[in-house]
Amino acid sequence: MRNLKRQLLAGPYLIWMVGFVLLPVGMILYYALTTTSGQFTTFNITSITASVHLKALFLSLKLALACTLICLGLSYPLAMILNNMNGKRHGLIVFIFILPMWMNFMLRILAWKMLLSNNGVINTVLGYFGLPGLDVLNTPSAVVFCMVYDFLPFMILPIYNAMSRIEKDVIEAAKDLGAGSLTVFFKVILPLTMSGVVSGIIMVFVPALTSFAISDLLGGGKVLLIGNVIEQAFMQEYNWNLGSGLSLVLMVFVIVSMALMNSHGEEGGAGIC
Amino acid sequence: MKKIFSGLVFFVLACSFFSGCGNKDSPNTLTVLNYGKYLEPEALELFEEETGIKVEYEEYVTPENMYTKYRAGAIDYDLICTSDYMVEKLIQEGQVQEIDFGNVPLSQNLDPVYFEFSKSFDPENKYSIPYFFGTVGILYNRQMVDESKVDSWNILWDEDYSGQIIMADSVRDSFMVALKILGYSLNTTDEKELKEAQELLIQQKPLVYSYLVDEAQDEMIAENAAMAVVYSGEAGYALEFNENLAFSVPKEGSNMWIDSWFIPKTAKHKENAEKFLDFLCREDISMLNFDYVYYATPNIKAKESLDPEIQESPIIFPPTEILDNCEVLKPLDDISNTNLSILWKEIKSAD
Repeated sequence: MRNLKRQLLAGPYLIWMVGFVLLPVGMILYYALTTTSGQFTTFNITSITASVHLKALFLSLKLALACTLICLGLSYPLAMILNNMNGKRHGLIVFIFILPMWMNFMLRILAWKMLLSNNGVINTVLGYFGLPGLDVLNTPSAVVFCMVYDFLPFMILPIYNAMSRIEKDVIEAAKDLGAGSLTVFFKVILPLTMSGVVSGIIMVFVPALTSFAISDLLGGGKVLLIGNVIEQAFMQEYNWNLGSGLSLVLMVFVIVSMALMNSHGEEGGAGIC
Repeated sequence: MKKIFSGLVFFVLACSFFSGCGNKDSPNTLTVLNYGKYLEPEALELFEEETGIKVEYEEYVTPENMYTKYRAGAIDYDLICTSDYMVEKLIQEGQVQEIDFGNVPLSQNLDPVYFEFSKSFDPENKYSIPYFFGTVGILYNRQMVDESKVDSWNILWDEDYSGQIIMADSVRDSFMVALKILGYSLNTTDEKELKEAQELLIQQKPLVYSYLVDEAQDEMIAENAAMAVVYSGEAGYALEFNENLAFSVPKEGSNMWIDSWFIPKTAKHKENAEKFLDFLCREDISMLNFDYVYYATPNIKAKESLDPEIQESPIIFPPTEILDNCEVLKPLDDISNTNLSILWKEIKSAD
């Protein structure tokens, strides 16, 4: 009886899982493997090898990788700086970094579009000082820039968390035993923060790989990522089968990248999936 | 405590199972699907007041979105407004019901000229009633562009304007421009002709500032670009906000579009839909909608009561010389559509 009640309590989650996770994935699978008239086909999946789709996929991988590396490069030193600060001030700085996340993600992208446009604020200020204008909107650089801006907190927070958990005693012990600061960094700090780095990379790389809104708004329709191809297949071409096939391929890339990162992260402790 | 909680869970479950069944098919409603910002909300209230029919009003962005929404079948629409080629596609698929014009007597207010134009997609004028119409052309900034050249689509390939050109982010409209320069029909399905148009568009890509649809007018008002390919109505709207802007329909010809109402097969309240159509054809309601949308209305009575200045504006009401040079879009067969969307993706991913 008690058991049944427990199962009932799990009901909402069960419905959530079935209705919003399993069922959609099942439908994607079904659409991906059928033609518009419902016959079996693998064409939707193999069409990833069409040159346009491959190009879009590689561009997505390239931009996502660039975004992840930039985020990592910016976040790691920052996390170290934050960690060395005294209590009150670092709380404030962490707060400032999280602050933009209180605002809607689309609004922030639109704001950047305004700032970067030909007659936008940035170019007006540059022009006022007689400097050449910035011609970055509607290029892949603008897309990477905005991805970094949007996803940076997801990299900083896990690294900072991992770093703040390192006991000062451990570092002091290493120093007592004669390790220089470089050795301390590579032998103690880096391995102990690896779990944070891995979660950070996953939390940045995966959304960057699958994003389409940023490239749509800041790429001016000139930057075609795999996410845009899929969106177009669903919304413009009414070809849900092709869209599902390509989504499935993208899912494989996401799963592979997560598995890859987790296998590296295991010695550091916590993984994500 | 636990008992109450699990009871609650059950209740929620039961509700979620049955919520789909409530409230359906009450006789005095009307479900309408229309482009965004394409009907004065006040008109809906008036209709509800006058007839007591409750209107469920929904909006969409592009005809392709509409098609997806309609075909998904979750809602039974009673009345839909969309563009010419999409109406034709749905007629061909047998998804459209004949309108009983006896129930829409005020359709006589509409200029028969536009029913003639409608024949290109609804040959016997049985299925659709025109709502607004217009053309596609170049919206440009007089301070930034040599006005002697805007009478031709070729200006969109002029390297002097590199980085200041906004193209349409829509397959058919962008191909229309290239096909017109090449002197082909904008409804061609000839692979060679489409390929030529594609090469032209790829050649143009380095000069393009961005590919946009709805935001093009905002970018032009903000003077972020020198020219943009837009619908005539959007140009009329943009002109209100920035005096430097002007509009031209190039001499090579263009696309004339007619947005029309039709009653889909799924309609559950056909009579209400016809009442609503009659209501829309009324002079005062047409005026209300014109003031809100600012596209050319086919309603003669409404047009006659406008300011003479607006009536004669070639931007809002394209003159017949221009319309005669324009073609109406036709739906393409599935193979050509797939072909075209691949060509388009190749343009979008070109370097």
